[in-house]
Parts: sequence; structure tokens; C-alpha cells
Amino acid sequence: MNSSLNLLIGLAMGLNLVALGSGRLPSVIRAVAFQGMALGLMPILMEHSNWLVVTVSLGTIAIKGFVIPFLLRRAMRAANIERESEPFIGFVPSLLLGAGGTIAAVAFSRALPLLPEHAGLLLVPGALASVLTGFIMLIGRAKAILQVCGYLILENGIYLFGLLLIHATPLLVEAGILLDLTVGIFVIGIIVDRIQRAFDSLDTRKLTVLRE
Amino acid sequence: MIMTIVQILLRLALWLTLAPLLPGIINKVKAWVAGRRGPPVLQLYYDLARLWQKGVVLSTLVSPGFVAGPAVVWIALLCATQLLPLGPVGATLSFRGDVLLLIYLLALARFCTAWAAMETGSAFEGMGSAREVSYAVLSEAALITAILTLSVHTGSITLVTMLEPSAGAGAVLLGAGLFTVLLAENCRVPFDDPNTHLELTMIHEAMILDHSGPPLAAILHGASMKLLLFALLLTEAVLPVGELPPLGASAALAGGVLAVTVGVGLVESFLARLAFKRVPMLLTTGFLLCLFALLVAWKGGAS
Repeated sequence: MNSSLNLLIGLAMGLNLVALGSGRLPSVIRAVAFQGMALGLMPILMEHSNWLVVTVSLGTIAIKGFVIPFLLRRAMRAANIERESEPFIGFVPSLLLGAGGTIAAVAFSRALPLLPEHAGLLLVPGALASVLTGFIMLIGRAKAILQVCGYLILENGIYLFGLLLIHATPLLVEAGILLDLTVGIFVIGIIVDRIQRAFDSLDTRKLTVLRE
Repeated sequence: MIMTIVQILLRLALWLTLAPLLPGIINKVKAWVAGRRGPPVLQLYYDLARLWQKGVVLSTLVSPGFVAGPAVVWIALLCATQLLPLGPVGATLSFRGDVLLLIYLLALARFCTAWAAMETGSAFEGMGSAREVSYAVLSEAALITAILTLSVHTGSITLVTMLEPSAGAGAVLLGAGLFTVLLAENCRVPFDDPNTHLELTMIHEAMILDHSGPPLAAILHGASMKLLLFALLLTEAVLPVGELPPLGASAALAGGVLAVTVGVGLVESFLARLAFKRVPMLLTTGFLLCLFALLVAWKGGAS
């Protein structure tokens, strides 16, 4: 069980780097979708499957793997942009930062006093690496949709961390977070369309000037 | 004593004669994918024989380094190949820390290629050398990380023991990283197009524009030996060659090298050469693959 979990977390960590290294919006959205689906599978592997766990897992997979990417793609088409042209942090530096962060997360989590049943798992390093990746994307990208993708990866990291407490927190909390996330992305899709109409660009650098 | 000498000579002969086969196989695979007949597999042998019989055209400007460079390259690469174990029969020369010598011999070969290229003062060759050396910064980092991975995994710095077991859990990562390094170091697509005819887009080919006759033959033969060296390194790093019976190990080696060669041919058939500014991205990816293999080796070894 641990090895398949670690494989999934390793996959998620790899997808972090794919999202960091790619400038094309469709591939970043696809990476985030796959990451969401990989993470959605994990509660089924961790818990003894009762119907609540399975329902929440399937809901996570459906929403993170299909609904949110669909909303993002629609916003992308409406805004008519395909790729990030000039990010604040270049692709190679952000890739190196992300890799450094991942390695630091692995090294750091070895020093943490974890429960014995979590010691062999990559949950904590995966969570820290995803949060770091999300921050790098939020800071380093200029296009609003990529910043949303960064936010999603950040949320995935928090979700991974939450899996440590899967025995303590009711899964209804997870379901609530999922609902918030979907609504948030839905709203952001509308805002992206508005920004595009008002500024003729999705570059957030242009949003710093106030005007009547 | 005589047996050792015969063995060394056999090994040298094996490396020297087998190496030019690889570019032939790559070209055959490319021709097969494109639906052409393609040049014969032994084409490079014919080319080498033809070049060997030709005279050398020397510019009046060049120093003796123009001819010495290719010779040093060829000898350095031949020495490097002798450090690499041939599966069950081991290496010609093996001592503690020989892996460092391997890295430095490859670096020496690169330095001499660039040096000989710049002897004639041609702008194209200077450009080619600049590109070769700047990409080497990244691909060497990846190669050193890969070797560090093997060293951490086996706890040894001798090539023979390092390459015996497979690279463990990180083998897939390490294999992918080393394959990227192989493509970059041997100037294959997507880093460089060996068939290009436009000087502005060449890397390796631009560096050998002014060479002719036997020195050019030495460069071409050296390049094919380098390709075989990297293919063998990749195969031995990924497959547990040392744990198989001798016959199986030899078969695994031959099959692995053949698979890598065909893989290079397929990559060349299906990918176009990358724009120059995107090459560092791909090389960084290769470096990161090796780095994560190192992480797996380090973490797996401790817990």
C-alpha cells in the first residue's frame, strides 16, 4: 500500500515540475488535472473503503480532473491566449527553484518528528513541495490563468497535508473545500473574461494602475 | 602475460571495429521509418577508409594543434572506452576512482575538439565551439549527477562495481536522464542535427568543417566511439548486468545497446531539432531527472 501511495505522490511531484517548466497553458492545465486525479485516488488507498470515502474520492477526481480543467480551458478560449510569453521568473530558474524546493522538502521532512506509520510515506515532502511549487507559480507567472493553476497546486499541497489527518478530520470538510474550490475557479473564469475585455490582455502587470 | 596482452588487443579491436556500426544502425532506422532504402549499415566504414586514403588540406595559418587536436581526441576517447567494463569480462583498466578519469578524458576530448576547430580562425567553427562548450556545461552536470547516483547507490567509485547492479528504484529516472545526456553529448536530434547543411544551425558539424583526410576520419571514428561509450554506460547503469550469468549478461548488453541505438534513430525520426534557446530547458530537465535519481538513491539507501 505504501509503495503505491509513494508512486502516486512521486507522480504528483513530477507533475509539479512539468507545470513549472511548461509555458503552454493547455499542458499546465493538463498537469494540474492529472495531479488532482492522482491525489483524488489516495484516500481510497489509505482508508478502508466505506461509501463516504469512495464518494468523496470520486467527487475529488471528477471535480479536479474534469470540471476545473473544463472551466479553465473555457476561460482560456474566451481570453484567447495559449502561452506565457515573459514570466517574472523564467522557466529554467523556476524549474531549478522547484527542484531545489522538492529536495529541500525531502531533506527537511526527515528531520520532522512524524508518526511511525507516516515515516515511510512521502506525504509530507510531497505536500511541502506542492505548496512551494504553487507559491513559485503564483509569484513567477504574469498570466492570470497560470496564477490560478499555481493556486490549484498550492491547494493540492494542502490537501496532501490534510491526508495525514484523514482519521481525525471528517471527509465532509474535504467535500466543503472542494465545493469552495469549484466556485472559486468558476468565479475566476468569469473575472478572467472581464479582465480580458477591460484591458485587452491577461497580463497582471497591467492591473497595477487604478483608473476611473 | 601474453594472455593479458592478447586480451587487451582483443578488447581494443572490439571497440574500434564495433563503434562505427552504431551510426549506420541509426541511419538505417531513420531510413526505415521514412520509407527509404537508406545507406548501407556499413557506410561509415567505407567513409573512414576513403578519408584515410585522402590527403590533408592544411591552412597556412594553423599551428600543429590542428592535426594534434583530433589525434588527442581519438586517443582520449579510446582510453575512456577502455575504462568501461564490457559486462562479464570487466574493463581493461580498473582502479579506485577511475570514474573521475572517465569524466576528465571526455572533457579533454571536448577541449581538443574545440581547440582544433578554432585553429583556422573560421567564424563558423568559433560559433560551433561556443555552442558545444556552453551546452556541455549543462550536460556534464547531468552526467556527473548520474555518476554520483550510481556511486551513492553502490557505495563505490570504481566503474566496474558501480555498473554491476541496476540503479534500483531510480533506474527509470536515471535512464531517461542519461539518454538525454547521450543525445546532447553526441550531437543528435533534438540538440543538433547531424545531417544539417546550414552552417548557422550546426554545432558538432560546424566544428569539423575545415578538417580533411585522416584527421577527419579520426574525428568521425572518435564520435562513433563516444556514442557506443554512452550507449554502453546507459545500458549498464539501468540493467543489472553484473548479476546475470556471463552469456545472459553479454546478450543483455548487446540488446541494450541495440535498443538505445534504435531509440536514438526513432527520436531522430519523430522529433525536429529544438530552437537553440529551448535547448537549455531540455538539458535542465535531463539534469533534474538525474538529480531525482540521486535523491531516490540517497533516500532509498538510508531508510
